[in-house]
Amino acid sequence: MTKFVQVCLNGLTLGSLYALIALGYTLVYGVLRFINFAHSDVVTIGAWMAFVFAGILGWAGTDSPLIAMPVILMLSMAVCAALGFTIERLAYRPLRRAPRLNVLITAIGVSLLLQNAGQLKWIFGTQPQAMPKLLSEQALFTLAGVKVPVVDVVVVVLAFVLLVALQWLVFRTRLGQAMRAVSFDERTAALMGVNVDMVVSYTFMIGSALAAAGGMIYGLKYGSLLQSADSVWVLLGLKAFVAAVVGGIGNVRGAVAGAFLIAFIEMFGAAYRSPQMRDVYVFGILIAVLILKPGGLLGKATVEKV
Amino acid sequence: MALLEVSGLEVRYGGIHALRGVSFTVDEGHVVALIGGNGAGKTTTLRAISGLVRPSKGTVRFAGTDITTLAPHKIVARGLSHAPEGRGIFANLTVGENLEIGSYLRRDRAAVAKDRDHALSLFPRLKERLAQNAGTLSGGEQQMLAIARALVARPRLLLLDEPSLGLAPQMVQLIFKIVKTIAAEGTTILLVEQNAHMALAVAHTGHVLEVGTLVTSGPARELAADDAIRKAYLGVH
Ligand SMILES: Nc1ncnc2c1ncn2[C@@H]1O[C@H](COP(=O)(O)OP(=O)(O)OP(=O)(O)O)[C@@H](O)[C@H]1O
Ligand SMILES: [Mg+2]
Repeated sequence: MTKFVQVCLNGLTLGSLYALIALGYTLVYGVLRFINFAHSDVVTIGAWMAFVFAGILGWAGTDSPLIAMPVILMLSMAVCAALGFTIERLAYRPLRRAPRLNVLITAIGVSLLLQNAGQLKWIFGTQPQAMPKLLSEQALFTLAGVKVPVVDVVVVVLAFVLLVALQWLVFRTRLGQAMRAVSFDERTAALMGVNVDMVVSYTFMIGSALAAAGGMIYGLKYGSLLQSADSVWVLLGLKAFVAAVVGGIGNVRGAVAGAFLIAFIEMFGAAYRSPQMRDVYVFGILIAVLILKPGGLLGKATVEKV
Repeated sequence: MALLEVSGLEVRYGGIHALRGVSFTVDEGHVVALIGGNGAGKTTTLRAISGLVRPSKGTVRFAGTDITTLAPHKIVARGLSHAPEGRGIFANLTVGENLEIGSYLRRDRAAVAKDRDHALSLFPRLKERLAQNAGTLSGGEQQMLAIARALVARPRLLLLDEPSLGLAPQMVQLIFKIVKTIAAEGTTILLVEQNAHMALAVAHTGHVLEVGTLVTSGPARELAADDAIRKAYLGVH
């Protein structure tokens, strides 16, 4: 029982992390029908920015996490939103009418650029760093014999709040309506008076801000930040991408559902079968879903629009 | 002065010369019909006016200002609405949301609500389906929604691209009746149709487009009586 609850808790925190990152893939795919391969690097930068801001503000080992956490989070989200905006503006927008392959290759180029720029001495450097402990690892409460640390609670609550906020934004606001319209038919959306370029910019900013939150959560939960070109980041992004595809890429709720499904299967597989095989389970689900329901769990198996 | 002035419009799609110097005007309060066969360039003309395609030559003036190079959303803001070919319904939005996005640029909520009610009074069938996903509407209902959605923008000029396409005769009658009503209420309309008979019946002026060029223009009644046009577009032999 204790083990079961512990694994569920791990699945919950990991799922929160995947969900925040998966949303960025799915939002951008939703409006532009393209996979932003540089998204995982925005996560990396978000995590590192949290580290940098914690250092600058002298809040490493702070005793007032209630102030430090939100301030660092906001700053890191803002930096990543600006980064997402810039990437779209400079790298992707000029290629809006270009063949998809060109955009895809550009995205890989942006990804490599970010990974390598991050290693520069005056950016994040090549040394791994320990993320300052902003949150205590003490148990907040005990559930069925499992000590639930503060950090886990904060991670899950933070993700939950952001996910609800995003749902609200997409389904209840004017911007969200415009995003959904652009996603369905960009030209007709423009005929309604929607500024498509602006909607695309917002989409990148929102996706990147969520990525920053994901990056910070990663740092808080796992403690160490490897250099920006390390494959651990690529794998993290890849799994979140798998979550988006499993849930139905382009579908906001699907991305969240996919993220938790992937995380639980990964954690249960690791705990009850073999920890070495955890990545295999993730990609196994991807293959199974692609065979059984190619559009993803919540996606429609639509024929590509022309 | 004409509300819309199109002069010397040329559009190329790669190697295809779709419009080869099209000029005409639309007077305020009028219904102007643009008729022609498949591939004549009717849709292209509307797209060039609403900013969806950039003409290689020529100008479009709307209400006295040059809008040739403006982005579509800026053209809408000036009071020009385009209900596109194929209806362009957002199937992932509800009927109500489709109407809402039709008034995307308007801030005067009370006036929007009034226009929405009015549009729904023209198409009572939509009223019962507001919460329904727009993708589930029938073709005729989608066309109603497309027109209603263009109306809630309260346009000065409404571009309609083949509103009767693919509809049953009864529905075609209804749509043209509504077009007449809208025109009578003071909205200027540029109507693209393959159903020349119906289009010329509601229009003041007609233009016939053939492979990217206007070949005949004149009062709608005269065009409808013209032998050559009757043969080519009205199915009279
Ligand atoms: N996006 C495009 N790319 C290339 N060629 C195009 C494109 N759109 C239209 N054309 C071509 O331009 C010409 C005019 O097309 P347009 O759609 O304006 O005709 P239309 O009069 O509206 O025809 P229909 O009555 O069939 O709708 C056609 O030869 C068409 O093949
Ligand atoms: Mg056409």
